[in-house]
Amino acid sequence: MDSTELIYQENILDHYKNPRNFGKIENASVNHHEYNPLCGDKIDMFLIIDKNNKIVDVKFHGSGCAISQASASMLTEQIKGKNIKELKKLTKENILELLGIPISPVRLKCALLSLDTLKNSILIFEKYASNNKSAQ
Amino acid sequence: MLQHKPLLNVEQIRKDFPILQRRVHGKPLVYLDNAATSQKPKQVIDAINFYYKNYNANVHRSIHLLGEEATAKLEEAHQKIADFINAGSYQSIVLTKNATESLNLAAYSLTLNLKKGDEIVLSQMEHHSNLVPWQQLAKQRGLVLKFIKINKNGALDEESIKSTIRKKTEIVSVTHVSNVLGTINDIKKISKITHENDALMAVDGAQAAPHMPVDVQSLDVDFYAFSGHKMLGPTGIGVLYGKKELLEGMRPFLYGGDMIREVTFDNTEFNELPWKFEAGTPNIAGGIGFGAAIDYLNSIGMKNIYKRGKELADYAVERLKEIKGVTIYGPKERGAVVSFNIDKVHPHDVSQILDSEGVAIRAGHHCCMPLMGILGVPATARASFYLYNTEKEIDIFIKAIHKVKTVFGV
Repeated sequence: MDSTELIYQENILDHYKNPRNFGKIENASVNHHEYNPLCGDKIDMFLIIDKNNKIVDVKFHGSGCAISQASASMLTEQIKGKNIKELKKLTKENILELLGIPISPVRLKCALLSLDTLKNSILIFEKYASNNKSAQ
Repeated sequence: MLQHKPLLNVEQIRKDFPILQRRVHGKPLVYLDNAATSQKPKQVIDAINFYYKNYNANVHRSIHLLGEEATAKLEEAHQKIADFINAGSYQSIVLTKNATESLNLAAYSLTLNLKKGDEIVLSQMEHHSNLVPWQQLAKQRGLVLKFIKINKNGALDEESIKSTIRKKTEIVSVTHVSNVLGTINDIKKISKITHENDALMAVDGAQAAPHMPVDVQSLDVDFYAFSGHKMLGPTGIGVLYGKKELLEGMRPFLYGGDMIREVTFDNTEFNELPWKFEAGTPNIAGGIGFGAAIDYLNSIGMKNIYKRGKELADYAVERLKEIKGVTIYGPKERGAVVSFNIDKVHPHDVSQILDSEGVAIRAGHHCCMPLMGILGVPATARASFYLYNTEKEIDIFIKAIHKVKTVFGV
């Protein structure tokens, strides 16, 4: 198997061409955008989080290379129904495992853009929630 | 029947480049990333090796044979570079780290005496190295940046050249050849308009000096910057050509040893040209290697290298045009660079799959983010050629593009 077959496996290409949870949510609890100017990869994430801090719905929108977009698509499939406390523990290794393909150092940023977007979305949500609490 | 005589003996040339024997992922290396950096012939590698093995010493102050030999060789390199671009004198040749440092030097020294509101003219196709230094100094010193627009063919717009360069313009700095579009700008004409407006003309020649004959006196430019590593030389060595009378009046960019004539605790008298601008122990091995690279290029002939580069780029464009869904950027008349995109495939994925076939190209914004904005794309793929590339290699490249399309089903 050559390196192309190793990286561009059927499921990666399938997630790239038919991304799951692709779109926008109008009344999202939090919406956050991350951009990698070096590659031009973009991911915009929308989360609906209930009062128990559980992810009820997620959608993403974006453009970029196959790895960045497939990783976002796969990640959104994993996080529905999970508590944000759990999601904060997600690591680089979790994403690489999810992708299941060899990622060279130069492509690491592409692979991890969705995780960065998710983690920063949660941080923003928590900050917003604690501000609201202190205001009450 | 007339025999088609090849411009240069590519098979012979290829034997001089040891790296071309390398295999990548089990395939022969097809190196098409020459606009980023070129490969080095053994003549250059040997010259650097020979220096370190036989006469490594510091220059300009060691009174011993090794020091004298090293000094002579480094000064000879200045002379070779001067002759290569018809600079008139080695004193016009300042050796720097690279074209970026050369442009920083020019930008720093030339903007020192400008007044708030003075204008600097660049173009929309500049590499970050000929944009960011001017932009940052303009912010510090209250100068105004203006940009010559590019037209839809990817060339500088004639009207925009004439309207942007005006009496308030103090400096014009544009690229000779675009590293993205391959556009060859008419520097002689722009320089004439610049001088009619009593402004100074600087040129980023990083993509031109490696690929075509350059005559700075005929172009009548005031400053011309380029890098050694894109023209068979080592990394870490570059050139700023400047007209002698202008360099003489300019403040140095770096201070320290070697650039001085006399120092007291309170004052310093600077050294003569070009040493005034070469503070500290220079890149001696780099300069010597650059000299060897110039010898090599001269032995082939810059006219031949230019024609061959054009031949390769034209062939690549012709073959790319046969492929559905491929967009090619830049004008018809181009240097040895072809930027393109494949519909529905990100350039990083193109580059990754080409790599699996041993083909090295560049994908990204090519240090031209504002230009990418004008082209309306986040990035492009770019193949760039040099004297050791062959049509056969372009065929392998094209075959690999078909593989990209197959993998992505487009």
